[in-house]
Amino acid sequence: MSAPLVDIRNVSHRFGHLPVLKNVSLAIEPGSYTILLGPSGSGKTTLLSILGGFVTPSEGKVFIRGADCTAVPPAKRPTTTVFQDYALFPHMSVGKNVGFGLRMQGVDGATRTAKAREALALVGLADSFDKKPHQLSGGQRQRVALARALVIEPAVLLLDEPLGALDLKLRRQMQDELKAIQKRVGTAFVHVTHDQEEAMALAGHCVVMNDGRIEDEGPPERVYARPKTRFSATFMGESTILAGKAGETQDGRVAVATRLGPISLPGTAPAGAAVALAIRPEHLILAGAKGDVALGTARVSDVVFQGSFKRVLATSAQDPALQFIAKAPAPATVQAGDTVAVSCDAQDIILLAD
Amino acid sequence: MRAAVRLAAWLYAIAVYGFIFLPVVVLILFSLQATSFPIPPFTGPSLRWYQAVLSDARLTSALVNSLLVAVLSSLASVTLGFLSAWGFARFVLPGSALLRGLITLPLTVSYLIIGMGLLVLFNWAGVPKSLIAAGIGHVVINLPLCFAIIYSQMGDHQINIERAARDLGAPEWKVLLMITVPVMAPAIFAGFFLSMTFSWDEFVISFLLTRFETTLPVEIWNLLRSGLNPKTNAVGSLVFAVSIVLVVLFELTLLRRKPA
Repeated sequence: MSAPLVDIRNVSHRFGHLPVLKNVSLAIEPGSYTILLGPSGSGKTTLLSILGGFVTPSEGKVFIRGADCTAVPPAKRPTTTVFQDYALFPHMSVGKNVGFGLRMQGVDGATRTAKAREALALVGLADSFDKKPHQLSGGQRQRVALARALVIEPAVLLLDEPLGALDLKLRRQMQDELKAIQKRVGTAFVHVTHDQEEAMALAGHCVVMNDGRIEDEGPPERVYARPKTRFSATFMGESTILAGKAGETQDGRVAVATRLGPISLPGTAPAGAAVALAIRPEHLILAGAKGDVALGTARVSDVVFQGSFKRVLATSAQDPALQFIAKAPAPATVQAGDTVAVSCDAQDIILLAD
Repeated sequence: MRAAVRLAAWLYAIAVYGFIFLPVVVLILFSLQATSFPIPPFTGPSLRWYQAVLSDARLTSALVNSLLVAVLSSLASVTLGFLSAWGFARFVLPGSALLRGLITLPLTVSYLIIGMGLLVLFNWAGVPKSLIAAGIGHVVINLPLCFAIIYSQMGDHQINIERAARDLGAPEWKVLLMITVPVMAPAIFAGFFLSMTFSWDEFVISFLLTRFETTLPVEIWNLLRSGLNPKTNAVGSLVFAVSIVLVVLFELTLLRRKPA
């Protein structure tokens, strides 16, 4: 087994007395696309700054290619950062911007120009070599920043909310391009975002952060289908959360007492523990074909048409505090004010410690 | 009624601008008069007195001295002002607000007090009266100005630009020279030209701190002691013209905004 490219070991950080990272450990594999996903204040940007060398952690160590880089300044570590505001040098041409890192390495002018042109071609801006940054659009500046960071062939490329300043359509387009570029160059990307759709679309490895801790990490499919914590069940996609109390576990099935009645589902939990049951919107069944777990009836409060499906919000008749979030097919005739029977399949219920 | 108010406003504006500019206009007008006394009536333009000024060795050497002092003291002011602005903007310093206040304090102190203080200090330290002493005096008055101009333009949006340069492998001095200075160029030039303007026609400090070799304003004062002379008008107009050029350069550099 080879060592990971980046090994973050037990890193904690405080700004003054305010802890922003609490004992975080994370491994990043060569050639991987890692997404740090979390709300603002979750510590994801601080973790990226620690990786980039802009912040030295209060505790813990960072190893890159096996070398201790904890206190190595940004200039001397094999990482480059694409900043959220792009941070292009306004007084230099696009070509000079991209060639800057090579110039600092002492690469001669001709090689520099050739490599800068190559990097600009990679991001689809071959004809912008002589332009000034202010002549480019937001999306183009973003690509220049990407080319500038990639041209010096870093071991890890760090992206700080790189798509945050772009409009939605451009964001989705750049998202696809980022993934394509990452595949082509094979550099490990670490990308910070608070957009869970962006995270699911891009991540090879998704790291969900909250309150200075890693809540959950793994392939996005797994994090979505089987979130480890209640936070990641609600932050990475939506869920209906049902509070309950675990009963006896028998034959790999646990009986959970809820306000909608007892529910038996696969899994284990200590008897008497408070648990939460999370159900993804696409797993809730409204009327029609019934699932094997009945969840009582609910009154539909809102139906939002989303193109390919309808997002249905409904309040449980048995427990008015319980909001169901369901996904109905686009042709469904469900309307606000309807009363529907709600059910689901036991195997789709996610059992979480509360 | 409204017409009367408009008329009054116009008259007021003309009076104000007349009050400010009439002396200068008179000065320039009579510098172009060929007669031996700068008094009305105006008898037609002539460059006689300008010729006299430029062939006067004392005045021309004073003019060169003034230029040297202005350029060198402004270079020193703008360099020191830039470095202190960068330090205050980029690093967390203990008592930062207090220190920033102290560095801009000389702006509020009269030139006379600064000149006298320097005179006493140089006397005590054994530094003779000279153009260098006057130049140091000009740095004392212009450094706070350069600092204030450059510091006000040094925003947080440049921090990431400097970070990006560091991230791409630039050592600190290259970050300063290749990134910060060019990005801050408008403010730096503005500080430089404003310092030049102030140094160029500064009198009190130069008067107190120079002896044999001196600057143009002091030389003009020497000339004036022997009575009103058309040469003083001509040289005064020259001083004014240079000041105008410097002020225009200052405005152009500070007010020129690059499209973002």
